[in-house]
Amino acid sequence: MFKRLGELGATLTIKVDGRDIRARIGDTVAAAMLAAGIDRCRTTPVSGAPRAPYCLMGVCFDCLVTIDGVGSRQACLAPVREGMTVETQIGKREAGR
Amino acid sequence: MAAEEYDVAVVGGGLVGIATAWGLSREGLRVAVLDEGDRAVRASRGNFALVWVQSKGLGLAPYADWTIRSSNAWGGFSDLLKQETGLDVCFQRPGGFHLALSEKELEARAGILKRLHNQPGIVDYKTEILDHSQVAKMLPDIGPEVVGASYCPLDGHVNSLRLFRTLHTAINARGVDYLPSHRVENITREGGVFRLATSQGDVRAGRVALAAGNANMRLAPMVGLEAPMKPERGQIVVTERLRPFLNYPVVTLRQTDEGTVMIGDSKEESTDPTGLTLGVSATEAERAVRLFPLLANVNVVRTWSAIRVMTKDGFPIYDESETHPGAFVLCCHSGVTLAANHALTVAPMIARGALDTALVAPFSARRFHVQEAG
Repeated sequence: MFKRLGELGATLTIKVDGRDIRARIGDTVAAAMLAAGIDRCRTTPVSGAPRAPYCLMGVCFDCLVTIDGVGSRQACLAPVREGMTVETQIGKREAGR
Repeated sequence: MAAEEYDVAVVGGGLVGIATAWGLSREGLRVAVLDEGDRAVRASRGNFALVWVQSKGLGLAPYADWTIRSSNAWGGFSDLLKQETGLDVCFQRPGGFHLALSEKELEARAGILKRLHNQPGIVDYKTEILDHSQVAKMLPDIGPEVVGASYCPLDGHVNSLRLFRTLHTAINARGVDYLPSHRVENITREGGVFRLATSQGDVRAGRVALAAGNANMRLAPMVGLEAPMKPERGQIVVTERLRPFLNYPVVTLRQTDEGTVMIGDSKEESTDPTGLTLGVSATEAERAVRLFPLLANVNVVRTWSAIRVMTKDGFPIYDESETHPGAFVLCCHSGVTLAANHALTVAPMIARGALDTALVAPFSARRFHVQEAG
């Protein structure tokens, strides 16, 4: 769906639902997921409808994912780090994660 | 406003008022509910939604019976509402906990329960003191600092915002006239008919039931009644929706049917409902994390403060006027817990025209006269 503008440049690798994704250093988790073609980052707690990153500026809270075991992180505000583990979040978050 | 005369005018469109109006409508009466507008200070929108029994009645034993009566009637009450409206208020009664974070807290808790049960005429509601391992069997996520708890099998909770909506839906379907933005400025009685003056005109009714929360203090003297109140502020912290982990309500913390965790049991002597103080929220959150450490990383999505309806001694007031026959006053802190009583017990009394003294005489405001004389 999305294409990167220009060269990818220096990259690192994160895991999204067990799959290795190449990301550009400086990407947010949301940008890296969208660039990799992952357009569903969670399902909602109430109806289970799929959600994708929307505002990309920390306002809408639609891009919530689990990052390194911590749930409900805003993917659009978290910069990627080498070895980061990201999971899509299904429905309500589990307390303690 | 047409010159229609109602059988009963209920003043106050919060939980106490609309539960009473619903009950009066079930008795076949023509009812109007006079309410303030959307910006009214309204405990029904801010409360914690417990249907709570344990520790009620210390200092006034009949309050324990009265509370248990409502707790026992709550299941049938919610079924009736569901039949009428199709809406589920999510009443659950798994029993409830009061958790202690130190031996001193647990001893204080046990002392309160002992004094409560030692009162003459008190009904035994089977509250037990449990140690850490007994509590952990029922609440596996408690933290190591929890030394024990009191547990009462009669405690429960409900979705109180849905209760508020459901009762409004029910009274509307029954033809009760809900009159918003009708703040009552004055009440007079002429020729056996009450005239309630509002900025939108007068409303006339054969009987009046004052259910306006802390505002009963202003209204009650207009019809020869009294309602000494002592409002206080509480603050609540609400988390994001979480998968169910807490199967029992705790007096300071509960997981709602929708998954959010509500935290809060603060008390402040303030009547400003717009004020929130970080210190209070932080203390509530800190205790919540000590009770349930898995809450440490959870996101808070809302905080609010609300004004508790509170009589001067904390116990309900139900009275009928001697000087203005047909005028009644209903005041209580626990509009959620006692909703079943207001709908199914008090409303029929008002419909019959007289309070049943065997049930509610202990809750007359006359009790305050003795204290003032002393």
